[in-house]
Amino acid sequence: MSVTATELDHHDDHDHKPSGFLDRWLFSTNHKDIGTLYLVFSLVMFLIGGSMAMIIRAELFQPGLQLVQPDFFNQMTTMHALVMIFGAVMPAFVGLANWMIPMMIGAPDMALPRMNNWSFWLLPFAFAMLLSTLFMDSGAPAAGWTLYPPLSLQGGNSFAFVIFAIHLMGISSIMGAINIIATILNMRAPGMNLLKMPLFVWTWLITAFLLIAVMPVLAGAVTMLLTDKFFATSFFNAAGGGDPVMFQHIFWFFGHPEVYIMILPAFGIVSEIIPTFARKPLFGYVSMVYATASIAFLSFIVWAHHMFTVGMPLGGELYFMYATMLIAVPTGVKVFNWVSTMWRGAMTFETPMLWALAFVILFTIGGFSGLMLAIVPADFQYHDTYFVVAHFHYVLVTGAIFAIIAGVYYWLPKWTGNMYNETWAKIHFWWSVISVNVLFFPQHFLGLAGMPRRIPDYSVQFTEFNQWSSIGGFAFGLAQVFFAIILIHACYYSKKKAAAQSWEGAKGLEWTIPSPAPHHTFSTPPKINKDQLAAGHLD
Amino acid sequence: MQQRSNKRTLATLVLVAFGMFGFGFAMVPLYDVFCEITGLNGKTGGRVAATEFNSEVDENRLITVQFDTAVDSGLPWDFEAEKLSMKVRPGELAEAYFTAKNQLSEPVVGHAVPSVAPSVASLYFAKTECFCFTQQTLAGNEEKEMPVRFMVSPDLPENVKVLTLSYRFYRSAGAEVAGAEDKSKDISEVSSDGTG
Repeated sequence: MSVTATELDHHDDHDHKPSGFLDRWLFSTNHKDIGTLYLVFSLVMFLIGGSMAMIIRAELFQPGLQLVQPDFFNQMTTMHALVMIFGAVMPAFVGLANWMIPMMIGAPDMALPRMNNWSFWLLPFAFAMLLSTLFMDSGAPAAGWTLYPPLSLQGGNSFAFVIFAIHLMGISSIMGAINIIATILNMRAPGMNLLKMPLFVWTWLITAFLLIAVMPVLAGAVTMLLTDKFFATSFFNAAGGGDPVMFQHIFWFFGHPEVYIMILPAFGIVSEIIPTFARKPLFGYVSMVYATASIAFLSFIVWAHHMFTVGMPLGGELYFMYATMLIAVPTGVKVFNWVSTMWRGAMTFETPMLWALAFVILFTIGGFSGLMLAIVPADFQYHDTYFVVAHFHYVLVTGAIFAIIAGVYYWLPKWTGNMYNETWAKIHFWWSVISVNVLFFPQHFLGLAGMPRRIPDYSVQFTEFNQWSSIGGFAFGLAQVFFAIILIHACYYSKKKAAAQSWEGAKGLEWTIPSPAPHHTFSTPPKINKDQLAAGHLD
Repeated sequence: MQQRSNKRTLATLVLVAFGMFGFGFAMVPLYDVFCEITGLNGKTGGRVAATEFNSEVDENRLITVQFDTAVDSGLPWDFEAEKLSMKVRPGELAEAYFTAKNQLSEPVVGHAVPSVAPSVASLYFAKTECFCFTQQTLAGNEEKEMPVRFMVSPDLPENVKVLTLSYRFYRSAGAEVAGAEDKSKDISEVSSDGTG
């Protein structure tokens, strides 16, 4: 270890950062700079999507219509989802992949650096286009992020902008995924076998294949919507012999793998953090890899569980119910392995570990409500209620977003060379974890009692739980503004410098290079020393 | 060496992406074929001919056929079934009547899209004559009675005792009667004002 670290220091001392602002950022081909761009973009989108959620929660604080028109409310629910999924969660994971994957596998950069630049710079344009629909006469899309026809086709012509924005996001994701696969398959340092790769790299490799397989299908589906609306085709138009239910099948063929695209990298992050702070190697590394691959495979054959109430033969409902429940097996393997990693470990509870632990517990709650939704007869009751909203926010907020925040706290010292303020970060954690449960837990009860989702009004018996939920929502939203402040402080004002190995128990190649990571790393491939790998106990 | 393998990976994966884009569109015919074989989406149009049925009337079973009607918002018509349901024996030719009335004072062309629920029954339900086979033109304020002749196959699964024949009338695009104003177009323009 000492040999490689000092050698690298020597090689990378003379940073060749481009000097001009445009040269550095607009024309960047450096994986670290592009990773930073992705992460900053994602944080901005997180705050924009979050403010839309605040409008939703403010309107739902009381029954009746107070603040916004119903159509605008529907625009908010739709845009909140599109911005959070495609603007916040996915770019955050791509940003983490850009920063960490080359450093974790001992590669000098991403395999296709100029395409990397292109895939990032499509995003600001895509989201400028998407958000601009808010200011158009016919408004932003309001039929839900799933864009089900015929409703989604009954809005105005601003729909064309939404479609093209989704096309751009899709192209960006596909190029990002291609780049990640090429990097992982072709750029590993000698000796970094596939089964020695950190789990974050593994989960991203599998995610990237999912992206390439399903983002083009979404592109096809929205293209059909576009031609149905503007060019008189009848893919989904019953009057012309089409079938609106077919859209739901095509959409969820994309949509179900998409939800795993948003959770598999989170599994990877948590699988990096827990061994570090438990000071034990990850329990069941190989079973983690296989479990991830099984989840990815199963994600392609369960899509219709999103549409149990659409009218399906009994055989179909049984098949999709059992196939869906099967996913609980590999997911259970993962949760078991995380818990076993901690078992009798020398644990400490720095902020990244706290977020990772909250992830394990709260994501599992989201998994359980998912199992409840998989039960066909029960789903007829839960479908399109707040129970569904509670479920997917437990897996996406306390799942995906918590893992991203955990990852940011974990690797921030490596990126910036500074430690964040631990006290503030702990306050941020407890503030978030309490408020997020106040926000989403009552929504389970609202859903079971029958409150429908995507409706700006509700009957009076739902008031109290909605007020709890809104108060939790405002608190959680404010906590994330605090998060942004903590990050700015850590980047620019923190006096506490980070060591190369920022965490005592941290393993992996990224901790062998200095903090902050030099502009160019591993220009010559490192010698892999088994002891410094997270999966190094394997032979 | 590495450059070459990167290019190869890139080319392969781009091909896969385009392939999956094509697969999205291939799902359209696949879906239609799948539904045709299984009858899953309840479409009935021309799928089975009554002559394919075993025409022996089953005197032991009585099937309730319900009629459901709907009119799309773009079509200014009233449309109703004369009777909400009737009982038929499998294998027997039955007849039902529907009435449509044009609320406008000018001619309008519409067409009806049929479907059968439960979807499995659509494979055992045939129409020998139907107003849904062609476009219907109603003159201004005209009221028209329209027949459907149909047969339920004796092979209909035992557990199906009630089936619903549903029609939804749509305005026919691009088939306007000469001189008639295109009201459907007006409606869509009102709802999609502005930005184009």
